[in-house]
This record gives sequence, structure tokens and C-alpha cells, in this order.
Amino acid sequence: MNLIRKRGKAEIRFWGRRTLNSFSCLPAFLILISSSFAQPVVIGSKKFTESYVLGEIAKRTLNDAGIPAEHRQGMGGTIILWEALRTGQIDAYPEYTGTIAEEILKNRLRSRREPSDVDGQRESVDEQDRVNQSTSPQKMREALAKSGVGMTASLGFNNTYALVMRRDKAQSLDLHKISDLRDHPELKIGLTHEFLDRQDGWRPLVGRYQLNPRSVIGIDHALGYAALKNGSIDLKDAYSTDAKIAQYDLVTLEDDLQFFPRYDAIFLYRLALPGSTIAALRKLEGTLEEKKMIRLNAKAERTKDYARAASSYFNDGAGSTIAGGESFSHKLARWTSRHLELAGFSLLLSVIVGVPLGIWASRGGAIGQVILGFTGVVQTIPSLALLALLVPLPFFGISARTAIAALFLYGLLPIVRNTATGLQDIPRSLRESAIALGLEPGPRLRKIFLPIASRSILGGIKTSAVINVGTATLAALIGAGGLGEPILSGLNLNDHVTILQGAIPAAVLALLVQGLFDLLDRVLIPKGLRL
Amino acid sequence: MSALVQLTDVSKRYDGATALQPTDLSIERGKTTVLIGPSGCGKSTLLRLIIRLIEPESGTIEFDGAPITPDKIDILRRRIGYVIQEGGLFPHLTARANVLLMARHLGKPETESRQRLAELCVLTRFSENLLGHYPVELSGGQRQRVSLMRALMLSPELLLLDEPLGALDPLVRAALQKDLKEIFARLQQTALLVTHDLAEAAYLGDEIVLMNEGRIVQRGSIADLRQKPASSFVTEFINAQRALVLT
Repeated sequence: MNLIRKRGKAEIRFWGRRTLNSFSCLPAFLILISSSFAQPVVIGSKKFTESYVLGEIAKRTLNDAGIPAEHRQGMGGTIILWEALRTGQIDAYPEYTGTIAEEILKNRLRSRREPSDVDGQRESVDEQDRVNQSTSPQKMREALAKSGVGMTASLGFNNTYALVMRRDKAQSLDLHKISDLRDHPELKIGLTHEFLDRQDGWRPLVGRYQLNPRSVIGIDHALGYAALKNGSIDLKDAYSTDAKIAQYDLVTLEDDLQFFPRYDAIFLYRLALPGSTIAALRKLEGTLEEKKMIRLNAKAERTKDYARAASSYFNDGAGSTIAGGESFSHKLARWTSRHLELAGFSLLLSVIVGVPLGIWASRGGAIGQVILGFTGVVQTIPSLALLALLVPLPFFGISARTAIAALFLYGLLPIVRNTATGLQDIPRSLRESAIALGLEPGPRLRKIFLPIASRSILGGIKTSAVINVGTATLAALIGAGGLGEPILSGLNLNDHVTILQGAIPAAVLALLVQGLFDLLDRVLIPKGLRL
Repeated sequence: MSALVQLTDVSKRYDGATALQPTDLSIERGKTTVLIGPSGCGKSTLLRLIIRLIEPESGTIEFDGAPITPDKIDILRRRIGYVIQEGGLFPHLTARANVLLMARHLGKPETESRQRLAELCVLTRFSENLLGHYPVELSGGQRQRVSLMRALMLSPELLLLDEPLGALDPLVRAALQKDLKEIFARLQQTALLVTHDLAEAAYLGDEIVLMNEGRIVQRGSIADLRQKPASSFVTEFINAQRALVLT
């Protein structure tokens, strides 16, 4: 008997104090999270091999110059990186002149290009309006400076877009130039999403070359190579320094109308950086020719180790002294603990905020509708889009905070909804009995209503926890780490083993969390409700 | 002797429909008053108005000579016991925890409460061995006995019972009716009981209040109702119940 009573009291404490007091420590631990991401020079990189390698090279260069630097790998696409740089969340990242002209400064640097009359064809107005490849570096610098951003000179190679196909297919159709595609509308084309949408991407190219393809799909860059290899697509976009072109024995179609602008690799950096940091970065100018870059890319993809590939830039040989030596178990521990940190913090926040919101929503009325409506709408935002929306905001940026905030929002709905319905489902007779006994509203909620709704509330928390553990893999997209890191780089390298290194532990974690909550049910749900 | 509860001109509407016409009623101390009438006649509404589960449209309700006000309502409710048809026991608490809930909440000494609980078990003929059981582990009759103990725990001045025996089978029901009558007599308990069963009303009630369509039709002993019916409805109601028993 005594045991039962003690448990009853512990539970009351759980509902009572936790929900109220935890509000006050919320800002404290957000600050805690943020402070661990401040001091060193932060190098960002986009989500593809060459960007990873260049990021590593920059980090190493700065370190060699005695400047502490960290590299946040594979944070996403151009816009995310640019916004992060502009708002000071990262300090530098590798970029390409063509991308700057076409994507970043598209509204500022519109200069008319001489209409070219190749093959007697006039360009569309849109074509002519495109930023031309000869936009001078000087003009670019001036425009960038307005955003507080500087640009190095070319690192030494031009990594432009290219259209590639399998050699046997190209030979059998006798395809050599992009204009040859005009006679083959039946080819299945798979393009990266970025290329599909770019100002210098697929649509203008189709206009320029007067192509009429029948089948065009969007596909991830690394997966596209696999699709090309097994014949599910015939043609895809690539970067000209891409190591996979040689690896898969692909042919590049000649850009016979000179559609693609130059993509000289450069570093963008914040002008606010100390002069010594900028000087160190500028030492990289003109030191990387195309062949060397292809070799580094190939090495990175072969060894799955960007740091080691970057080290061969410094002619260190195998570079075995570099950080690449981290053992798998150590890496797994790092990923997993980060993953749990992300999922755990966000779940805690979801509970702290979700349960009171659910209580509020359970009272119905307009406010209840608004709360349930809001949390429902949040749930429908695709996770990638939510991350991209949060990144430009002042407090968030490229950090664990953003990932935790996104996970927190996703975790809200199940908790709010289950709390609200759990409370609403309490029979009227019990509700009125509690009132008629003369219990005040607070104790009524804590001693009677919340315990009776505990199964439903815990069910909501369990759902949120499992969802969070799964969704936390996306945190790697914005460089927040976790088990998404190997999944992402595995996806990028088209390497199943690396993907599984993240995917299997993530699945196991989800199962463990599920099991843990099943145990918690036995502790937290009053026995009388489990009979 | 003054009335414990005095309703003056009290009325209630639900979504525009009148549940209770302006009504006067006094409940005498130490007596069992029974509200009886067909479904929807307003008898439960009247009970719920007294313990303020619902607010009256008009009129005043005085308890022990003072009008009931919202700010002191929870203190007042602790002076009233309330038993409903389904028992209203909290499923997450044992029988004991249900009965002792308010005593513990109010910080009463545990030993005194335990003693009171033992007395109540005797009074309501509830086995102490079952006190550790949860409501789902008890029978319907046992649950009503626990519910009655919970209502009586703080020695309330008024006991409200809303069809407390309505969901029980006839044998259990008869046993509980007998026990209730004894308990009321022993405690000299002021009680207001709602039922639609005339036999139950006649057996338990010192006074019967017959209601129909939101108003009190007649008030008096069962003999008064039989011999001096105030309207044809009274005769009809009594005859209908008698016919039910005979068939």
C-alpha cells in the first residue's frame, strides 16, 4: 500500500514542478548551446566532394598559419551558404565565379551580353539578359563588398557545368556536342535540383540550344551517377572537375554554343575578418590547377576521407598524421552522442512547451483551435524547407540551435494533440466529481486530470521522441552533426556502406527510444489505468 | 428549525430550452428529501445547481443562511457530499486514495483520516481488504459504497445523491437502499436524493418532491401524493409506477 502511495506522490511532483519550473531554465541552456559555436574561423562548404575538399584545404591553411579554424561540412546549397556568410554565421566558404554572377548577384549585375549569332540563331531576350561570363572580377568585388563580403582571385581552375553521358550510349548515337541533343528528344535526362532551377541552368540552356527533351527528372547529384550507370537516365549535369567523370568513363558533351559561364573557384570571406586571416586564405590563389583538383576529388571519393585528400594538396604524401585517423567506434560515439543531444534537447523543449499548450488547447474555443491549427501547419512544412527558413534568422543560422528548433517544432504536434485529446476524453462524470469534491483548479489538473490523461500524453511524447530521432538525421544538412553526417556524405559519395553507418545506428536508436518509453509507461502511468 | 439549503426563484436554461422554471425549495436539516419525476423534469439540474456544477439563470441559493458566491465555492463544496450514478471514482487511485483524497489534500492528520475511513467501512459495509483495489477491480455495488464513503469522509452537512443506485442490479440495489436508510438515520444526515423510482423514494424519503417539466408539482409524504394529488399528473405518475411493478 505504502509503495503505491509513494509512487502517487512522485508522479504528482513530476506533473507539477517540472512543467512550471523548466520554463525558467530554457534560455539558460539555449545560451549554453550557442556559446560552444563561437570563436574559431568557421569555414563552410557545400554538399559535394570538391567543396568539402576545398573547405578542408582552407582549414588546414589557416591552422598552419596559426589561426584556429573549424570546417562545417556540407551545409547545403548556395543560398544557405551565402546567407550564413552574409549574416556572419560562417566566415568563408569556397564558391565559383559563375555562381556568384548567376545566383548571388543576379539582381545587381545584369549586364547585356553581345548577341551571338552562332548557327544563325538569335538568342531569346532572356538569354541576352543573362549575366555574361566576362563580368569583371572587379565589378563582382564591388557588388560583394556591399554585403560585407570579399573574394579571392581564382584558385587556379575552372569548374564549369557540363552535360555527361555514358560513353557507349554517346558513341552509339554519335553524340559529341550539346547541339546534337536536338535530334534526340527521347533521351532520359536526370538533373540536380539546383541545375534545374539555376539562371544559368537547364531552362535557359534548353532555350539557347532549342532542345525539346521529353523526359526530365530531378535527382540527387551522387544518385544521378548511379542512375546513369544502370541506364535509368541517359544524361545528367556534372561539374567538369568531377572525379566521377573519369571513374565511370563518361563523356562530356561539348558546349558548342559557349552557354556555360566560367566557374573559377574562389573563396568568399567576410571583409570583417582580420587581415592575417584574409592573407592566409589568399595564399591559396592560383595554386590549384584543374588536373590537381580532379586528382584530389578522386582521392576524396576513393578514401572517403576529405581531410586526407586535402592533405595531399600540401604534398604531405599519405597525410596519415591528419585527423583522418579517427577510429570508426570513436566517430560512431561522436555521431550518436550528438544525435541524442539534438533529439533529447528538442524533445525536452517539446514537452515543456507542448504539455501546457495541450492543456490550454483542451479547453477548446478559438485559442484551442489556433494552437492545434498552428502545430498542425508546422508539421506540414517539409523539414528541409523549415531548416532553410530558419537559417537566415538572426538567432539561428547554421548551428545545432537551428536543428533543435526545427525538431522542437516537429515534436510539438503529437504532444499538444495527445495532451488535449487525453484531457478532453476524460468522462464528464469524473470531471464533475473532481469539481464537486471542492478541489481547486490547479490540484484538480495535477492530481486528477493529468494522471488520468497520462497514457495519452506519454503516447504523444513517445511519438515525438521516435520522430525526433529519425528527423535529427537532417541536422547534418546544416552542419549540426549527428548520425545524418555519414548518411549525407555517403549519399554524396554514393557509398552504401557509409550511408548504413549512419542509417543503422539511427534505426537502432529509434527502436531503443521506443523500448525506453514502453518501460517509462510502466513507471509513469498509474497502475489503476493499466489494469 | 431553519432550512439548510434555501432556493429562491432559481431557474436554469440550456441553449434556450428551460430546464428549470423559477423554483423555490427548502431542504430541512436532518431529513431525507427525495426529488422524483420523469427524465428531463429538472431534478438533476436542481442538484447540480446546489453544488454549483452549473450556474443559475436567476434566483439565489442560500446554504446555511448565506448565499453561495463563486469565490468561496470550493470551501462550500467540501461541506457537501456528492454521489453520482456511475460513482465518479478516479480510476488512477485506489479505493482508499479516492476516499482519502480530500482529507490528504487539506492536510488532515493521516491517523485521524484512517480512523474515519475504518468507521466508514463499517458504516457502508465495505470490506477493508478491498481498500487497496482500483475502481476497475470492484463491482458496481462496491464502487457505489466507496463513492458514498468519499462523499461522507469530511462529515458533510449535506449529502447530494444523483440516482446513486440507478446502474445496479435489483438485489444489490435493494441491499444498498436498506444500508442507505440506516446510514442516514444513524448520522442524522441531511440528504437530497434524486431518483425516478417511486418505491425507492417512498422507502428512503421523509419528504418527496415530485417534479415535471422544470417545476415542482407537489411536495409531501407518499401518502399525501396518493391521497391528495395536486394535479392529474401526480395520479398518472403514481399509477404508471404501480403498473410497472405489477407487470
